[in-house]
Amino acid sequence: MSQTLFDKIWHSHTVREEKPQAPAIVYIDLHLIHEVSSPQAFEKLDSLNLKVHRPDRCLATLDHAVPTLPTDASGQLNYVSREAEKQVEALRHNCRKFDITLHDWDSPQRGIVHVIGPELGATQPGLTVVCGDSHTSTHGAFGALAFGIGTTEVAHVLATQCLLQRKPRSMRIEVNGALNPYTSAKDVSLYIIGQIGVDGATGHVIEYCGSTIRSMDMESRMTLCNMSIECGAKAGMIAPDETTFKYLKGRPLVPEGEAWTTKLASWKQLYSDPDAHFDSSISINANRIKPTISWGTNPGMVIPVGANIPHDDSSGSLYKALNYMGLTAGKPLHGQIVDVVFIGSCTNARITDLRAAANLMRNKKVAVGTRVMIVPGSETIKKQAEDEGLDRVFIEAGAQWRNPGCSMCVAMNGDIAAPGEFVVSTSNRNFEGRQGPGARTLLASPLTAAICAITGVVTDPSAYMEGTHV
Amino acid sequence: MSSNQNSGFTSQTFNLAVDNIDTDQIYPARFLTTTKREGLGQYCFRDWRENPASNQFQSFKNMDCCRQKILVTGDNFGCGSSREHAVWSLLDAGFKAVISTRFGDIFYTNALNNGLLLIMVDPETLAFLLQQDKQSLNIDIKSRQIEIPGHGRREFPLDRFTSYCLINDINPLDYLLQHRDEIEVYEGAQQV
Repeated sequence: MSQTLFDKIWHSHTVREEKPQAPAIVYIDLHLIHEVSSPQAFEKLDSLNLKVHRPDRCLATLDHAVPTLPTDASGQLNYVSREAEKQVEALRHNCRKFDITLHDWDSPQRGIVHVIGPELGATQPGLTVVCGDSHTSTHGAFGALAFGIGTTEVAHVLATQCLLQRKPRSMRIEVNGALNPYTSAKDVSLYIIGQIGVDGATGHVIEYCGSTIRSMDMESRMTLCNMSIECGAKAGMIAPDETTFKYLKGRPLVPEGEAWTTKLASWKQLYSDPDAHFDSSISINANRIKPTISWGTNPGMVIPVGANIPHDDSSGSLYKALNYMGLTAGKPLHGQIVDVVFIGSCTNARITDLRAAANLMRNKKVAVGTRVMIVPGSETIKKQAEDEGLDRVFIEAGAQWRNPGCSMCVAMNGDIAAPGEFVVSTSNRNFEGRQGPGARTLLASPLTAAICAITGVVTDPSAYMEGTHV
Repeated sequence: MSSNQNSGFTSQTFNLAVDNIDTDQIYPARFLTTTKREGLGQYCFRDWRENPASNQFQSFKNMDCCRQKILVTGDNFGCGSSREHAVWSLLDAGFKAVISTRFGDIFYTNALNNGLLLIMVDPETLAFLLQQDKQSLNIDIKSRQIEIPGHGRREFPLDRFTSYCLINDINPLDYLLQHRDEIEVYEGAQQV
């Protein structure tokens, strides 16, 4: 029988088949762990006197609660609170106790969980990957089935390496054609969410396909899959191809020699059969996608950067969102003063994102009155960027070059915007208060964010690059 | 808890007529540094409850958390972040059930893993409920029905396994642990 990529991974990981009276028991190959969603799960194990079933299938890092500023003059890291520091200490303690590999401060590979998994080669095609973090969908870029879970489920995976799951529905999103100038995977994802809505894929696993996706590098595919949760999808995935294999070859946790050849042969079977059934399908023409930015309080509220804010309030949520954002229906967003630019997060903090921003900012200065923060996704990316001189480009432009972490994406480490401030952000969520109470987030690509950093106002990349902006 | 207490309850509704309420609203990220799951009710909807400029400030001011244990919200409640703190804080704030037309996937699983009942209703039923605060509803888990005065009974979807776990106070982790042998057989066969 014809199967989708998702079907193939689902079936090969079913320990016990789904029945009306009980969900399937699904085996998890890779469990990624960070400090925020894990302490209560480890506590659960302790209270039941259970061990971690497969510590070798766990990989932990520090990212959400950690400071992005270096140590102070006395050599201290300044956590936002003693509680945040204690959370990090708890993860350190639990990893030591249960023999789990932790990328701590002393690791040259520490970074955002969804950045280091692929970087280390822990994320591979055909795997099931989970993490107590909704942006786990990122890893689907490699043809893995990857999804976010809550802390109770983190405990389930720690104790049994399995989860109880009903099989989600499948959705195929095909994108064809060449991308317009100045658009990237981020614009594609914002466009898709704008089209189908923030609950457009709830209960579904998305498979992205089509010529536009095939032409994307792995970093772009990760951006796209990362944002799948923002239209409600359980996971987003892309069948692996030569681009995937080339990215993975030689990574620290990827096998070499004969084992590589064997893996490669099995990875090449990971695609949806031509007549496989999807519960729903969407087709998108890439040339309709322009540089896109969010104007409201969820990632489905988006417009082309040069367009006007909508005025149709059929859903009833437009004015509530505009009230929070301090913006006006029917008016342009371009020209809006930008207080902060944040380039970072598991969506857009990879080397290609930083290069796109640096190429734009080279030999230019950040606008007076705009604070710009560049936060690389991992220590590996930070080092690579510094080797390429990108840090100097940013610093000379007047931007801050920080240490890796989630930073202003989740704004729980002290990196926040003030109430009422406008932030052009390469992160994934523009919810009320996401970047600090009262802060107003405009989601955009790294290129758009970099341009806004220079102009100090919301600026359409097409107009800027072609010299027609005012 | 006896199975009787677990099989249903009657309480009043508390309305938040807002669509797409994400878990950042339910539990703001700056309180995520906790390592506990108890006592988080104080952070529930913190920025809406405490900010007089918020659209929902007045609703929360008039709330009676002892009597209004059923939260009725707009479409797509609990989208966004996977933080289970959202569920822990709703429970600690006194809510026992949430009614909406649909829920975020991760939130849905988190809620039922903690005994917070999520009730999916059709848009007309939701519109009826949102017309008026403090309606007294009976929720019966066994028959998967809610009784709405003036609107009749409505069945809601509830997974058979979940319902069995809720009524009999069974922890899904115990179920997984019971199948440990099968898990190890799978591991052996896959050589993982």
